[in-house]
Amino acid sequence: MSDQFQGIEPMVYKSKINVPYSWWAGDTASKFYITLRDEKKITGTKCAACNKVFLPPRKVCPSCFTENKEWVNISNEGTVITFTVARCQFAAIPSDKKVPVIWGMIKLDGADTAMLHYLDEIKPENVTIGMRVKAVFSEERKGTIRDISYFKPV
Amino acid sequence: MAKRVAIVGTGQTFHKSHRPDVNGQELINEAVLRALADADLKMKDIDAIVIGNMDHFEGINYVDCWSVDGSGGTMKPIIKLTTGGTTGCTVAIGGYHLVGSGMFDKVLIIGWEKNSESDTTGAITTAFDPVWDRLVFAGAISGLAAEAQAYIARYGASERDGARVSVRDRKHAMNNPHAQLRKEVSLEEVLASPMLADPIHLLDVCPRSDGACAVIMASEDIAEKICPKPDWIWATASRHSYSYLGDADYGRLTSMREGSQELWKKAGIREPRKELDVIELYQPYSFGGLIWIEDMGIVGPGEAPQYIWDGNTDMGGELPINPSGGVIATNPIGATGLIRCAEATMQVMGKAQGRQVPDVNFAFSSGFGGCWWTDMILHGNKKPN
Ligand SMILES: [Zn+2]
Repeated sequence: MSDQFQGIEPMVYKSKINVPYSWWAGDTASKFYITLRDEKKITGTKCAACNKVFLPPRKVCPSCFTENKEWVNISNEGTVITFTVARCQFAAIPSDKKVPVIWGMIKLDGADTAMLHYLDEIKPENVTIGMRVKAVFSEERKGTIRDISYFKPV
Repeated sequence: MAKRVAIVGTGQTFHKSHRPDVNGQELINEAVLRALADADLKMKDIDAIVIGNMDHFEGINYVDCWSVDGSGGTMKPIIKLTTGGTTGCTVAIGGYHLVGSGMFDKVLIIGWEKNSESDTTGAITTAFDPVWDRLVFAGAISGLAAEAQAYIARYGASERDGARVSVRDRKHAMNNPHAQLRKEVSLEEVLASPMLADPIHLLDVCPRSDGACAVIMASEDIAEKICPKPDWIWATASRHSYSYLGDADYGRLTSMREGSQELWKKAGIREPRKELDVIELYQPYSFGGLIWIEDMGIVGPGEAPQYIWDGNTDMGGELPINPSGGVIATNPIGATGLIRCAEATMQVMGKAQGRQVPDVNFAFSSGFGGCWWTDMILHGNKKPN
């Protein structure tokens, strides 16, 4: 494109926008996170019509659009549905996680949807789809998804 | 009141990694002027405008208003649509709805992006749920990698199969003067490029581009007066399948399967592999070129690698895919889906020059978003029934 400048120096203006947000989790997610923080228990909601258990818990079933009124306990153990190994320190990876970061979809026993989390205490080359894993809870829990520190092989 | 709709002109910029020689409005203007010239229309002939780009990418909130110097939208009806990666395809579907409704005769559709102006990763991260997915995120590429990993496990495919798709698209880009990356690569070079997230190598994925694309749609009342051989829109579809990343069926693209079934049904297509002549697939990474054509029903589950190795999707093959070089060669995201649409139009009109596929009756173009949502358009050289 430099041929298009025709002797004009293209000026570039650098800037940064700092936009703080507060995301309200809502009743349903709050209940999940409080139970996770205080009782180290993973819970989900169930659709009475579809008989499907959602994790993350949802207030309304996305299939039949009725309210999920029932809460159920979900196991701390589950199966790796798929995974990848992030080899570059992408900006989206939390700063306390250093590559290679193993990141996977884990379907916990009793849930019909997978949850997203990290795998650890295993070498990347040993992870397989279908392997059984178990939640390791954080010592200090603050009511976020990182109250589960990671999942490790059973 | 419903009208049949045709595309009567297209225009796009020469896409580059950086365009410091133009600001956003001027970039948009290049594509708009080319589309107007292609259709032999003037700005005063345009009844309404649809424009779109990615949220957060340029940090401009009111793009519909801000862009009027470039878009020609001063004192005209103009709306902005933005749907993430599918934006370019969504603006086309929005334009189709406006013209099809009978309320506007000639609509200008614009997709644009100056990817070079922002932190793409930061902007894309906002597409994921802040309470559930973002705190345990590993980047957009990791989502794609998880899809590829599941497909490989389910069907016994390999990294070489993905690399073959990248080799194809990068070779096709050599025929497209508008493509950003025009360099052939070998299978070995793809496999030897750095691993980003297993099994995706650097040369398996798209670049970041600055670029814009514009398309003009007209109603059946005037389309053939503007353009002797317009590109008729036969059908469009749009599907969303998830709220949280764990909802998706990894290894299959459910939104593509459901949406393409709707297209085939609307157009009476029974065997897409035989009845389509060319595909411009929004395929930001190589493995999508395997998985998603199976979801379209071009071949059966697990059959894409062999079909592609046999050369069927290369130029001159049974069903060429991405004659333009596709997204792997050029990716100004908000424009990317509309470039697919414009390239499909050029194929139907016979204007694709060095990348022309002979005798195109039906062409398919698509958009793909963030993770696992899909928009699509079926183009044809005959007026739909
Ligand atoms: Zn239900």
